[in-house]
Amino acid sequence: MKREPPRSLADYAPLAFPAVMLVVFFVVPFSTMIAVSFFRRQQGGFYTPDFVVDNYARFLTTFFGGVLGFSLMLAIMVALVCVAIAFPFTFLLAQTKRRVQIVWLVVMLSVLSLSEVIIGFAWSTLFSRTAGITNLFVWLGLMSEPQALVPGFGAVLTGMVYQALPYTVLVLYPAIVRLDPTLTEAARTLGASPLLAFFNVIVPTLRNTIVATLIMVFVFALGSYLLPQILGRPQHWTLSVLITDQAIYQSNMPFAAAMAVFLVLISLSLVALTLFVGRRETA
Amino acid sequence: MSGLVLQDVAKHFGNLVAVDNVSLTVPHGTFVCMLGPSGCGKTTVLRMIAGLEDPTAGEILLDDKDITPVPTHKRNLGMVFQSLALFPHLTVGENIAYPLRIRRAPRAEQQKRVDELLSLIHLDGYADRPVSKLSGGQRQRVAIARALALSPKLFLLDEPLSALDAKLREAMQVELRQLQQKLGITTIVVTHDQREAMTMADLVVVMGEGRIRQAAPPIEIYRKPADAFVADFIGSTNLLDVETDGSGRAVVLGSAVPGLKLPDDQHKAMISVRPEDVHLKAPGSDGIAGKVNFVRDLGGTIETFVEAGGKIVVAVTTPRERTKFAAGEAVSVVLPAEACVVVKQ
Repeated sequence: MKREPPRSLADYAPLAFPAVMLVVFFVVPFSTMIAVSFFRRQQGGFYTPDFVVDNYARFLTTFFGGVLGFSLMLAIMVALVCVAIAFPFTFLLAQTKRRVQIVWLVVMLSVLSLSEVIIGFAWSTLFSRTAGITNLFVWLGLMSEPQALVPGFGAVLTGMVYQALPYTVLVLYPAIVRLDPTLTEAARTLGASPLLAFFNVIVPTLRNTIVATLIMVFVFALGSYLLPQILGRPQHWTLSVLITDQAIYQSNMPFAAAMAVFLVLISLSLVALTLFVGRRETA
Repeated sequence: MSGLVLQDVAKHFGNLVAVDNVSLTVPHGTFVCMLGPSGCGKTTVLRMIAGLEDPTAGEILLDDKDITPVPTHKRNLGMVFQSLALFPHLTVGENIAYPLRIRRAPRAEQQKRVDELLSLIHLDGYADRPVSKLSGGQRQRVAIARALALSPKLFLLDEPLSALDAKLREAMQVELRQLQQKLGITTIVVTHDQREAMTMADLVVVMGEGRIRQAAPPIEIYRKPADAFVADFIGSTNLLDVETDGSGRAVVLGSAVPGLKLPDDQHKAMISVRPEDVHLKAPGSDGIAGKVNFVRDLGGTIETFVEAGGKIVVAVTTPRERTKFAAGEAVSVVLPAEACVVVKQ
């Protein structure tokens, strides 16, 4: 079927609905937020329209710089760990029988039905001193006495990886299943061991998929604000936690808006950088 | 015995017997074509030789060494896949150099070998092109060059030319055969195209239902098919019932064929007669009386379908050879005894 390029205004009509939705639910709220980020805060009250850059200037403290850096570092680590686990897992899953694949994918999907709160409290129990997995290690003789693994950075990372892993697998799955199995076989006939073939052929062939998945998990993890509070100490709180704190508890809307805008800009530029680096390598 | 030997190799997938006790000896430097309809097990045999499938039973020997337990990547073979399986993220040169690179060969050596192979496949100067920018025939050549990069002992090809158009395929068949003769490498090609097998092979192995039906040089397969399956699969043929009558003459389609003798212990059998061996004469002379049913004039050859004794017999002639019979005409079908091959059913 040959598609004609749209000519009259009526040809663009099907675009109207998504365009309106995008404007109403994305462009308007986001513009409002950008506007608010330049407003002046009323002490004890709300805010008045103005144009001040104080809210952005407040970032230039080591405290907020540190939190921003930590948030980005956490999101990058979650993305790397998720892909490092999910890619080999999905690759092996794709080699199994169809029925086995379906069972695994259904289990993965069921994890998605858990709310962040449930995941957070489940892990905090699992990592606790009284009822946690360390009791199992003691019983096995690996540890001398039970320890509390929560709150801590490891607990935050584990919880967030657990939450993001099903998404990672589901994003990787279609690309990996479609991969030509003779690519690995060809590498093997040319003298590559299965492990070498995996790193030499499969990973580079799916590089674009891997980069896209990394970006998706990164963005997903950047917005997380419940798990760091449940499983971490205050120094493990992300920028999202601070934004919530400013907006709801400190009633400082302009500053919260400024932080949110800044976070969006930083993540967009990171994504752009990743794509740019990827493009240059393929060229 | 040096070369490749398969000893009672079998492969079962669950209850399905894909390959059933295949034994085959391939001397060094032989070009073998495994021929058969789809699902006959020919690709499975090739994959077992490559080590991509483990045989359920039997042994595969290369130069008297049992290679059955050796993993694929240690077998020293080159293989071309039906999908070609060129690595999309690498250039032509990097694809060909891949087996050298993973063995950490020096860069200069890799470069030299790539240039050698590119000139062998007539693609000099293509080293830096991405494989996605090549035509079908060029990709084909690159896949062949990559498989030959390590000068392997065995060269395996799984339906290598099936993706090419008819003209290019014929040209590649000739080229592949000449390449193999130049390198003297033991080559096994799986194909379902009998023309391909006739063009390239020293030894044609016809498979059907997981078993080897016949393994012989191409012309012998054509002239002396072992059974009805082989006769029917290789080229086109007339398969006719034959019986001995009271006086010991062989009777085909109701008429005796002078000079044709059945093996002593048989009274009933089947014969295969190639269409180009069937002679058509004016009615009334000796031979089997029949009536022309349909004539297909292809310009280069004329196929005449004759109804005789309740069956259709096909005769092929060239236009200059004989007079053309029209549909509906009565003819006499002559089967020369020396062209009738008794085949097992």
